[in-house]
Amino acid sequence: MKILVCISHVPDTTSKINFVNGDTEFDTNGVQYVINPNDEFGLTRAIWFQEQQGANVTVVNVGGADAEATLRKALAIGANEAIRVNATPTDGFFVAKQLAEVAKNGGYDLIICGKESLDYNGGMVPGMLASLLNYNFVNSCIEVTITGTSAKAAREIDGGKETISASLPLVIGGQKGLVEEKDLRIPNMRGIMTARTKVLTVLEPVTANNNTKAVKFEKPAPKSAVKLFAADDLDGLINALHNEAKVI
Amino acid sequence: MSLLIYAESADGKFKKVAFELASYAKKVAESIGTTVTAVTVNAGNVSDLSKYGVDKVLKVSNDKLNNFNAKAFADVIKQAAQKESSKIILLSSTTDSLYMAPIVAIGLDAGFASNVVGLPLSTSPFQVKRTAFSNKAFNITEINTDVKLVSLAKNSYGVFESASAATEEDFVPSLNDADFNVKVESVEKSTGKVTIADADVVVSGGRGLKGPENWGILEDLAGVLGAATACSKPVSDLGWRPHSEHVGQTGKPVAANLYVAVGVSGAIQHIAGINSSKVKVVINTDADAPFFKVADYGIVGDALEILPRLTQKLAEFKAQNDK
Repeated sequence: MKILVCISHVPDTTSKINFVNGDTEFDTNGVQYVINPNDEFGLTRAIWFQEQQGANVTVVNVGGADAEATLRKALAIGANEAIRVNATPTDGFFVAKQLAEVAKNGGYDLIICGKESLDYNGGMVPGMLASLLNYNFVNSCIEVTITGTSAKAAREIDGGKETISASLPLVIGGQKGLVEEKDLRIPNMRGIMTARTKVLTVLEPVTANNNTKAVKFEKPAPKSAVKLFAADDLDGLINALHNEAKVI
Repeated sequence: MSLLIYAESADGKFKKVAFELASYAKKVAESIGTTVTAVTVNAGNVSDLSKYGVDKVLKVSNDKLNNFNAKAFADVIKQAAQKESSKIILLSSTTDSLYMAPIVAIGLDAGFASNVVGLPLSTSPFQVKRTAFSNKAFNITEINTDVKLVSLAKNSYGVFESASAATEEDFVPSLNDADFNVKVESVEKSTGKVTIADADVVVSGGRGLKGPENWGILEDLAGVLGAATACSKPVSDLGWRPHSEHVGQTGKPVAANLYVAVGVSGAIQHIAGINSSKVKVVINTDADAPFFKVADYGIVGDALEILPRLTQKLAEFKAQNDK
C-alpha cells in the first residue's frame, strides 16, 4: 500500500498574527512553523498503516525551501520519503493541481490531507484534489481502516458520525480522531538522524491558475473591555444579556 | 444568470442557515440586479423560502438522496447552476456543504471562498471578506473566475424577511452510479439534543468545573437556555467529556449568538475556535484568566456556586418574559 500525506507548513497555534506591507502579507517575524495539526493526525495514522500493514508513506508539501524543516520533521516521525513542490501556495486550486500531479505520478492508494489548514482555513484542497483525480473522497474523516482495496471510514457530522465504505484509491480530509492527541509522535533522536539521509525530492510546479487571490488582511477591531458583574448581581447580568446584548 | 443557493434541510425541514443564506443571497442579487434561485433536496414544503426573498425553487425529490452524499449533491448543484446559467453560487458552512463545496468548485471551474462574512465588498472585481488564521484575522479574497462559489459563515449575516412570490419547479438532475461510490453504511446521531453546529447558544465548561460529576449544573443551565454543551480541550483530554464536545482551534468551531464559558481559562487556541460567537460571557474564579480580555460580560467567582443560582434566575426570567 502506498500512502501520500499532504502537509501544510503553518504558524504554530500560539502565534501572534500580524501583517506587513500594507496588510498584504503575513508577518513571519518570530513565528514558529509546525506541521498543520489536522495533517499531523493524518501523518500519525499513516505511520500506523506503515507499522501494521507495511505501507510506504510519502509526505508532500507545496511550498518554499523554508518548509523543508517541516518535511524533515515528518520524516523524523517516520515517513519514508518526502516531496516538495517548489511554489508559493497562494490559492487552494493551485495547490490541489500541484498535488494532483504528484499523486498521478506516484499511484497512491490512499491520500491523506488535513481537512483544513490553520492559516488560511480554506478547507478546499482535499476535495479539489479528489475531484481532479476522480478518486473517492471522505471529508472530516475521524476513522479509516483498509482491507485489500476497500476502505471503511467514519466522518464527523453535525451531532454525530457517519460510517462510510469506499473503494481505493481514496482521498480523506482528516482531523482529530484519526488518532488521539496522546498518540501523536514526537521525533526521537534516532528518527531525527535517519531523517537526514531520507530522500527529499524537489519538483518544479506545473502550470495552474490561481482562482482566488488574497488581496488584503485585517485584524479584528479591538474589543471594548469586559463588563464585570459581582457574583451576587446575577440580575445585572441577565438584564444586560436581555436589554443590551439582546441574546436572551 | 440568477444567483443560486443550496437551501439545506434535515428530515424535510429547512435549517436556520438556509434562511440566513436566502436573506444574504437576496441582498447580493439586488445589488447586481438579478434574482435568487434555491435548489432543495427532499425538503418537503418549500414555501417558507419565499419569506426570505427566494424567487424560484428547484425541487429535487429522490430517495437515493436521503443520506447526504457529497458527490451526488455536488452534481445536483452543478446541474442546477448550469440550468440557471448562474455565475454566483452560495452555500452554507455546515459540515455537509463544506464537504461538497470543493467538488462543486471543480465541476464548475469556479473559484471558491469559504468562511465568508458580510456582503461582497465589490462585485466587480468580486471581493469578499472571510475569516482566516483560525478567526484571529480576516482576509479579503478576490475570486477571479467567471463562476464564483462562496460559503457563508454561520450567524455572520442574520435572517431577514423579504417577501417574494417564489415559483416552484420540479428538477430532475441526471445522477449516475459513480455518484454513489462512497456509500453511507450507518448514521449515529444523538437525538433530542441541540448540536453545537446548530445551536444559537453554547454553554461550555472547563477544568474550573473540577470534575465530570459536576457537569449536571452546566447541563441544567444549557437546558434553560436551549443551549448545546461544549468543553475545553483539557476537559476532553482528561476524558471528562467526549471529544465531540471539544471546541477550539483543533476541535469544533463555534459561531453562536451567545457563548457562555464556565471555568474555561481561555487559551489562545480555545478563543480562536469560539471567537466568531457574537456575545461571550465568562465565569471564572481567576480574575486574570485570559478569557476576560475577549469576553463581553464576566463574573469573577466560583462556577459551582454561581451556576445553580444563575440557572434558577434565568428560569424565572424566562417564565416571566415568555408569557
